[in-house]
Amino acid sequence: MAESMSVPATGGAPTAVAEPILQVRGLVKHYPLTQGILFRKQVGAVKAVDGVDFDLGAGETLGIVGESGCGKSTVAKMLVNLERPTAGEIRYKGEDIAKLSSRALKAVRRNIQMVFQDPYTSLNPRMTVGDIIGEPYEIHPEVAPKGDRRKRVQDLLDVVGLNPEYINRYPHQFSGGQRQRIGIARGLALRPEIIVADEPVSALDVSVQAQVVNLMDRLQSEFGLSYVFIAHDLSIVRHISDRVGVMYLGRIVETGRDAEIYDHPTHPYTQALLSAVPVPDPEAREHRERIILSGDVPSPANIPSGCRFRTRCWKAQERCALEVPLLAVPAAFRYEGGPAAHPSACHFAEEKQVVPPEEKRDLPSGEAPQEPPKS
Amino acid sequence: MLLEVRDLHVEFRTRDGVARAVNGVSYSVDEGETLAVLGESGSGKSVTAQAVMGILDTPPGKITGGEILFKGQDLLTFKEEERRKVRGAQMAMIFQDALSSLNPVLSVGAQLGEMFTVHRGMSRKDAKAKAVELMDRVRIPAAASRVGDYPHQFSGGMRQRIMIAMALALEPALIIADEPTTALDVTVQAQVMDLLAELQRELNMGLILITHDLGVVADVADRIAVMYAGTIVESAPVHDIYKAPAHPYTKGLLESIPRLDQKGRELYAIKGLPPNLMNIPSGCAFNPRCPLARDVCRTDVPPLYEVTEAGADGRSACHFWRECLHG
Ligand SMILES: Nc1ncnc2c1ncn2[C@@H]1O[C@H](COP(=O)(O)OP(=O)(O)OP(=O)(O)O)[C@@H](O)[C@H]1O
Ligand SMILES: Nc1ncnc2c1ncn2[C@@H]1O[C@H](COP(=O)(O)OP(=O)(O)O)[C@@H](O)[C@H]1O
Ligand code: SF4
Ligand code: SF4
Ligand SMILES: [Mg+2]
Ligand SMILES: [Mg+2]
Repeated sequence: MAESMSVPATGGAPTAVAEPILQVRGLVKHYPLTQGILFRKQVGAVKAVDGVDFDLGAGETLGIVGESGCGKSTVAKMLVNLERPTAGEIRYKGEDIAKLSSRALKAVRRNIQMVFQDPYTSLNPRMTVGDIIGEPYEIHPEVAPKGDRRKRVQDLLDVVGLNPEYINRYPHQFSGGQRQRIGIARGLALRPEIIVADEPVSALDVSVQAQVVNLMDRLQSEFGLSYVFIAHDLSIVRHISDRVGVMYLGRIVETGRDAEIYDHPTHPYTQALLSAVPVPDPEAREHRERIILSGDVPSPANIPSGCRFRTRCWKAQERCALEVPLLAVPAAFRYEGGPAAHPSACHFAEEKQVVPPEEKRDLPSGEAPQEPPKS
Repeated sequence: MLLEVRDLHVEFRTRDGVARAVNGVSYSVDEGETLAVLGESGSGKSVTAQAVMGILDTPPGKITGGEILFKGQDLLTFKEEERRKVRGAQMAMIFQDALSSLNPVLSVGAQLGEMFTVHRGMSRKDAKAKAVELMDRVRIPAAASRVGDYPHQFSGGMRQRIMIAMALALEPALIIADEPTTALDVTVQAQVMDLLAELQRELNMGLILITHDLGVVADVADRIAVMYAGTIVESAPVHDIYKAPAHPYTKGLLESIPRLDQKGRELYAIKGLPPNLMNIPSGCAFNPRCPLARDVCRTDVPPLYEVTEAGADGRSACHFWRECLHG
């Protein structure tokens, strides 16, 4: 047991954040794989999350991107306490939440709320919208005395742009985008500081997606929220995030400010992911190099030795099979600084521009191009 | 012209009323050409395709008007028996969800081989050899040793490639791919789209590519037809649509996509929601959401105007297409 559950070494502190509200260190979730009916014997583990580090600053948005099965939702569930980590720490304002008394933990939980992926299945069809949004008050009655609740729920409906008179309706009477607004209203009910949103717009159509993303933007500035925004759509993540972490097979392989990741990626996986994003404008595509990866993502029950990306990496060499690359600023960029100097877990990290530079594209008026930070 | 759909109408009669899913769709594809049909969920993309394939759920569905000309013959006048012969041999369809369209209890080799034993009267042995050849062609590694495996033993991307192999088996003249990569991850999406485009070129097939994602079709489509509430609202060559959309809905869709290469404050969002198909607004169906709408839009259904400017080769169902094009 101890063997297969051993905690992998990780690369230490990620990019410094001025005032972290949440610090995640060495976070691991392994699901045991067992065999036998009478004597359940552990034969391995699904390493859904295998050593994740990040900081979330107060009022900022951290985007987490990665392909299906890389562990995004599992991270989200651990952040809101729906799953217990196998190892690692989640520190809320400096305190490890695993070590809190149950009373203190309850207060922390109130401050970290989740919005789920699928607006069609995450709402109980037999509850009215009022009951759904007000349900958190049952668990945390101190936030809103009973007599106040209806008014609170109506205010929340108004905040997310739904008619307060809809309070007695049922989920099936709403469209996908409206249901996602209900999910967001519910996430806001306890006035949390942090919202963990797991693919909040992935199930929505483009025109409705934009409405919900704008709503989340507005709520963030209105209530000073911090977001962990999970998605597989890199364009949406760039739009909403201050910093981005790219996940592959249970680990963050590259992290940095949005311009560092999108305009100066140094990890081959990030480069491939960016180059594969469907871009609508055919002319913009012509400026791009496309990297088509071969093969599929390996099973998280059977992670390759050394660098976990090596089975699909076009740059892989012998060293990659032997040595685990740590998530740290690669030596090549450490001293010169600049936008390429951000953590990247690759032995052979190199800058490669995949998205054409912004100067070439016409920006809407009043919008300055993102300046990469000078260090 | 290989396929020409003319003024197609399809309704669904349900307990709650009549849903007008397709209201006068016309489009065409030629050999070697790729037509992308773009639209949000519920706009009628799949129902149109099902009508073309002859696999519409009837009832509750009913084709209430129009023609579907395939190599010049109206398929809607064919008997079911003749229709079946066309299906598979001359036109084939690829669905979004490969796992549920493959038979879970038959090996993929058996399913591929069946195409040849049933339609071509081949022996089992020859059919198996053909199956391996096809799996090779869609780049399943070690095809010969995997031909006996079952669908669940393959990854999502591989299953979708097997679906493509199945559709290509009899080298049909037309392929309809309904959201073939929607269920796949971006890196795998790119692999599958590339493969599909390459085989289409090689076999000179007509391809109808249905999608809700503008980005997916940019590389491979020749023309795009945009659907809204069961009608084509705009159709044009790919490059024209991006450069100068001639319909406010297309324009809104393009603007609401966040872009990788820019970071704006607020995304453009089309206000409101797509209409309920049991109660489509009068006049132009898009009028309650349209920033250009005025009185005539609420009363008169816009015809599909020819966009006659600057060598453009498009059509737009908007009374004010000129304004849209220049504004
Ligand atoms: N309860 C569980 N038992 C065993 N394995 C699990 C469990 N939950 C998740 N996994 C596995 O852990 C891995 C990560 O799953 P997770 O849901 O976090 O992925 P994800 O990145 O959110 O993917 P998606 O983009 O598809 O939502 C997957 O391989 C999944 O099958
Ligand atoms: N078997 C069916 N019974 C009733 N309504 C249906 C059926 N199939 C499709 N529809 C309706 O027809 C409309 C168009 O559907 P569809 O063509 O599947 O949309 P999409 O553009 O997303 O492919 C939708 O409103 C859908 O609910
Ligand atoms: S460490 Fe090696 S295999 Fe891993 S990403 Fe870098 S080059 Fe590729
Ligand atoms: S016809 Fe009128 S309502 Fe319809 S798209 Fe054109 S301007 Fe808008
Ligand atoms: Mg998930
Ligand atoms: Mg469909």
